[in-house]
Amino acid sequence: MAYSDKVIDHYQHPRNVGSFGTSKEVATRKDVGVGIVGAPECGDVMQLQIKVNDAGVIEDAKFKCFGCGSAIASSSLATEWIKGKSVDEALAIKNTQIVEELSLPPVKIHCSVLAEDSIRSAIADYKKKNGIAAATTQEASAH
Amino acid sequence: MAVKLPIYMDNAATTRTDPRVVEAMLPYFTEKFGNSASRNHKFGWEAEDAVDLAREQAAALIGASPKEIVWTSGSTESNNLAIKGAARMYARSPEGTKGRGHIIAAAHEHKAVLDPCKRLQNEGFDVTFLQPPADGVITRAMVAEAMREDTILVSIMWANNEIGTINEVPEIGALCHERGVIFHTDATQWVGKMPTDVEKDHIDLLSWSGHKMYGPKGVGALYVRRRNPRVRLEAIQDGGGHERGMRSGTLNVTGIVGFGKACEIALHEMDSERERLLNLRRKFERELSSRLEVTQVNGHADRRMPHILNISFGYVEGESLLMGIKDIACSSGSACTSASLEPSYVLKSLGVGDELAHSSLRLSLGRWSTEEEVDYAVEGIVKAVNHLRTMSPLWDLYKEGIDVSKIEWQTH
Ligand SMILES: Cc1ncc(COP(=O)(O)O)c(C=O)c1O
Repeated sequence: MAYSDKVIDHYQHPRNVGSFGTSKEVATRKDVGVGIVGAPECGDVMQLQIKVNDAGVIEDAKFKCFGCGSAIASSSLATEWIKGKSVDEALAIKNTQIVEELSLPPVKIHCSVLAEDSIRSAIADYKKKNGIAAATTQEASAH
Repeated sequence: MAVKLPIYMDNAATTRTDPRVVEAMLPYFTEKFGNSASRNHKFGWEAEDAVDLAREQAAALIGASPKEIVWTSGSTESNNLAIKGAARMYARSPEGTKGRGHIIAAAHEHKAVLDPCKRLQNEGFDVTFLQPPADGVITRAMVAEAMREDTILVSIMWANNEIGTINEVPEIGALCHERGVIFHTDATQWVGKMPTDVEKDHIDLLSWSGHKMYGPKGVGALYVRRRNPRVRLEAIQDGGGHERGMRSGTLNVTGIVGFGKACEIALHEMDSERERLLNLRRKFERELSSRLEVTQVNGHADRRMPHILNISFGYVEGESLLMGIKDIACSSGSACTSASLEPSYVLKSLGVGDELAHSSLRLSLGRWSTEEEVDYAVEGIVKAVNHLRTMSPLWDLYKEGIDVSKIEWQTH
């Protein structure tokens, strides 16, 4: 399968790989929202962690991804896009924008969907930890 | 010695045609281009002589007589002709009825065996697909247990194309002969690499293919036993009555010449080649397993073909791994590399978890593989796996001591 140059670039030089601590550590941090979507048996798992400041702006984001090159590129790109955005602005990101930016072929669209899901899921976690009513963000991932 | 890139490590998919084979084929395109069925001129006689020689070369490789070789377009066709041809010939009741006879095959056969068997199921035959054990080896005892009074055909591959495991073919053949059941084996990955004797190994029908043993693509052969017992087949392709009516169609003379030459070379070189490839594969396996944690060599530890290595790297997805080793041509059991988006059914049938199936590579060596190439591939794979593990959330969980298989994933 031929990959776009942008996918290859993200694969070779992933942006913002990492985490803000072990799964146990981040579970108790109120300024960090964690989203883990996908499943190992399906061949892709994405983990997105966001650090949100008091003004509700995503100051920093880190990802980890088990999946194909397109999945890695989608989550890497997602971290780039949400950094500096408010939580609500980040929620407005659509998977179709990721598809377009990375020129993903139809069989790889699910990678972009997963990236969008990971953003929603991380924000939902942040809101839950901080007692902010979550709009139906989690349910949006049904597909 | 500098390694020439990209490196070819997908010899279980197909092999380079040996230049000696190409050399032998060339005159049959432009000078001796006759139809081997033309009985009344020199062009035809030359072609017929060439086909006869190839028949002898092919028969010699498997201990058969030249009259027992039927030319086909490859193993897919040989398997179809053997399985459907035998089942329909030895059916216990006519078309349109049920209970036409029982067939045994293994669940991790190539699709070119599974799909003909499934078609026969629709035609009123009963098929048992034997579930392989974790080591992938189908034994005589497993076949014996599945045998019924109405079993008419057993089809068990000699060596598996994805994991290289070797089934108990001579033993299963002996069992079939004791019970008077026809025995077919898909020997595509076996013949030309390992000694084969259809008499001692009790085989009635054997499929193999040119392009897996350094011959050309699009040509194969089916061995059809002529005595003790004489096996008859119902033809699939009808026409001019070539190949004693079992496979009509003008013979692919150039391809057949190449197939014969490839058999001749294999017969002379297989012993030294086998030793050499086995040593290379063992080194490959040893290096990868010792330099990377959480690896798993799939299939039986010893009963495996010398040229095939199937190995899973925990917490790393196969397609992304292939992307990281772009200059090493090989294949993966990952869903992302298949059209079906399902991980390898062969690994699944062995009970390899989906997640390790997604993480597998099949590396297959061949006549021109070198130690330098193996060394280069080891470096490349180790580097790519480590790179991907720094990105893998599953690797982190594993390192934190969390059992990834116990997590409830949000599947979609
Ligand atoms: C075990 C086995 N059987 C059958 C086939 C099909 O062979 P061919 O490509 O000659 O039709 C292959 C090759 O893919 C194989 O490995």
